[in-house]
Amino acid sequence: MASLDRVKVLVLGDSGVGKSSLVHLLCQNQVLGNPSWTVGCSVDVRVHDYKEGTPEEKTYYIELWDVGGSVGSASSVKSTRAVFYNSVNGIILVHDLTNKKSSQNLYRWSLEALNRDLVPTGVLVTNGDYDREQFADNQIPLLVIGTKLDQIHENKRHEVLTRTAFLAEDFNAEEINLVIEKRYFLRDGNQIPGFPDRKRFGGGTLKSLHYD
Amino acid sequence: MSFLIDSSIMITSQILFFGFGWLFFMRQLFKDYEVRQYVVQVIFSVTFAFSCTMFELIIFEILGVLNSSSRYFHWKMNLCVILLILVFMVPFYIGYFIVSNIRLLHKQRLLFSCLLWLTFMYFFWKLGDPFPILSPKHGILSIEQLISRVGVIGVTLMALLSGFGAVNCPYTYMSYFLRNVTDTDILALERRLLQTMDMIISKKKRMAMTRRTMFQKGEVHNKPSGFWGMIKSVTTSAPGSENLTLIQQEVDALEELSRQLFLETADLYATKERIEYSKTFKGKYFNFLGYFFSIYCVWKIFMATINIVFDRVGKTDPVTRGIEITVNYLGIQFDVKFWSQHISFILVGIIIVTSIRGLLITLTKFFYAISSSKSSNVIVLLLAQIMGMYFVSSVLLIRMSMPLEYRTIITEVLGELQFNFYHRWFDVIFLYRPAFRFILMQHLSESPARQSPPCTFSGPDRLCRLAPAGGARNRDSGIGAQRRPLPAKIEDAEAPRRLLERLVRTPETISSKPDEETDDSRA
Repeated sequence: MASLDRVKVLVLGDSGVGKSSLVHLLCQNQVLGNPSWTVGCSVDVRVHDYKEGTPEEKTYYIELWDVGGSVGSASSVKSTRAVFYNSVNGIILVHDLTNKKSSQNLYRWSLEALNRDLVPTGVLVTNGDYDREQFADNQIPLLVIGTKLDQIHENKRHEVLTRTAFLAEDFNAEEINLVIEKRYFLRDGNQIPGFPDRKRFGGGTLKSLHYD
Repeated sequence: MSFLIDSSIMITSQILFFGFGWLFFMRQLFKDYEVRQYVVQVIFSVTFAFSCTMFELIIFEILGVLNSSSRYFHWKMNLCVILLILVFMVPFYIGYFIVSNIRLLHKQRLLFSCLLWLTFMYFFWKLGDPFPILSPKHGILSIEQLISRVGVIGVTLMALLSGFGAVNCPYTYMSYFLRNVTDTDILALERRLLQTMDMIISKKKRMAMTRRTMFQKGEVHNKPSGFWGMIKSVTTSAPGSENLTLIQQEVDALEELSRQLFLETADLYATKERIEYSKTFKGKYFNFLGYFFSIYCVWKIFMATINIVFDRVGKTDPVTRGIEITVNYLGIQFDVKFWSQHISFILVGIIIVTSIRGLLITLTKFFYAISSSKSSNVIVLLLAQIMGMYFVSSVLLIRMSMPLEYRTIITEVLGELQFNFYHRWFDVIFLYRPAFRFILMQHLSESPARQSPPCTFSGPDRLCRLAPAGGARNRDSGIGAQRRPLPAKIEDAEAPRRLLERLVRTPETISSKPDEETDDSRA
């Protein structure tokens, strides 16, 4: 069992966007009934068959590290969080489609997580300004997920989705082989649902995530 | 003619305050949220604007600016508007937003919010009964009735917050209380945290694998649902699922442990930062100030006790008393009227500015600590309500700091309130917090060393090798516990309580805090 390879993926985002619900859904195939504030970091594991059905099929453990807190926390909390950012294989950035600020904070989240790897001393050297150059040599795949699409009114959906399209492009790196970044919109019905609503999305099927 | 000029001055200043409140709301409070209901922002800014106008009128009173009759008129108008907002509008909107959050009552929002408002009015009215506030000869909806009740609530709040501040402030400022934290401590804790996370991961891997094999074999792990399911699960249960529940319990305990470790590490980092800060010039300066402030706090507590024990309410204000002392004992002659005006202006100005600033900072901290994206509207409105009540009651209490000739306008406008009662009430509530903490200290220094959670799970878990906790490392117990070296053991599961402590500790002092505006300590 421990002989399976492990993949460590961070799930980052502001408070209340739905990271814990997302992780719970991915790993337990169930909707989280009573979401509560995540203190520190909660981990969950999903067994994933990579390239299923092909001869190169391999089973991996995907560890989803759901780090709680806000991007404007005290620096002591940030330093404590930094201990989770070691040797990360991928980052999922979660933002709330109903809350514009959470999308803007994603830049700061990604800087916080990536700088931790690039600067071995562990000191955050940026002042938070977003600079596309910093993502240029980024080897770690990023995935941007927007939640709570069902809570947005029908006629506002278009502008919200265009805004998030720009957001996702900003994180993209040039070469598609090394850094792959996809957008998933959480639609109601057949894909991963937004905030849990047990009656509607009881047994939602899961879309598998590929990283390479 | 002069009335028009005065009114225009007042209105301009009100617009200025409104703009300031708006900016504060956008930049500070709602930094991380999107403002969807502009009503909330408007109400907050309006409350702020009218409260600040009251203070402005006091200042004008002292300085003698503007016509006296127009001042009086504006006072009355201001008071009416503020009471209208505090008693009618804000509670109604609070009810409305609470109701809109609940899905079930969504259709009949208005109806339910009206019901909530009526309940609030009922309790608000009942509030006045046990207090000897005013003479019964006034009508039901007069200003005096409303102000008296608002005053009671506001004074309670003020005293509570000042009490918090008086006790927490020395601890925060003075480096005497700082533990010594080295890098090795932090590294050791971090290592333990990562080890705990690894243990959690390995257990979850086992669970995931077990579930997968069960799924492949065709057994579905059903949680017992319904009455019949529960009966069935008592008698028959697949061995796989039994294993799972055991592991799940172990995982829960480990997760609790990891949360505690995380909080402790964050604490250590914060302490380390404070130590470094205290070595800088700014830190040393604040440390020095901290000594003075602690003495001031102790003096305040002492005076409050004396006031209550000897049943005495100060008749003269500090300015007049100070002038009397200098004139009589020190023999310095100077123009009493001139100086008393200026000194009282400065004193009252300082009190007002520091209390406004302190309150805004405290509100911001509270807001960051409590709010979430769903409840942000309700919380902001609650904060607006608290702010309004606080400012109204500080007007009541400020009266004592002003010389007699300037008290007239407040007395005129507010009618025959029993001001002495409010001062007495303030002293009582103010003493509540230090007394409570004193009792807590006594209790904690007597309690025996608490044990860590017993090793309830079997298996090769390293958790069982951890020794039990070595004493109550409790935030609230004063000097003694802080000076103990950092225990390398784990306390029992009290992470929720620590979180609560964190929230409770954030309302810092209200009077004269020179710092605390930079970091929003939101663990």
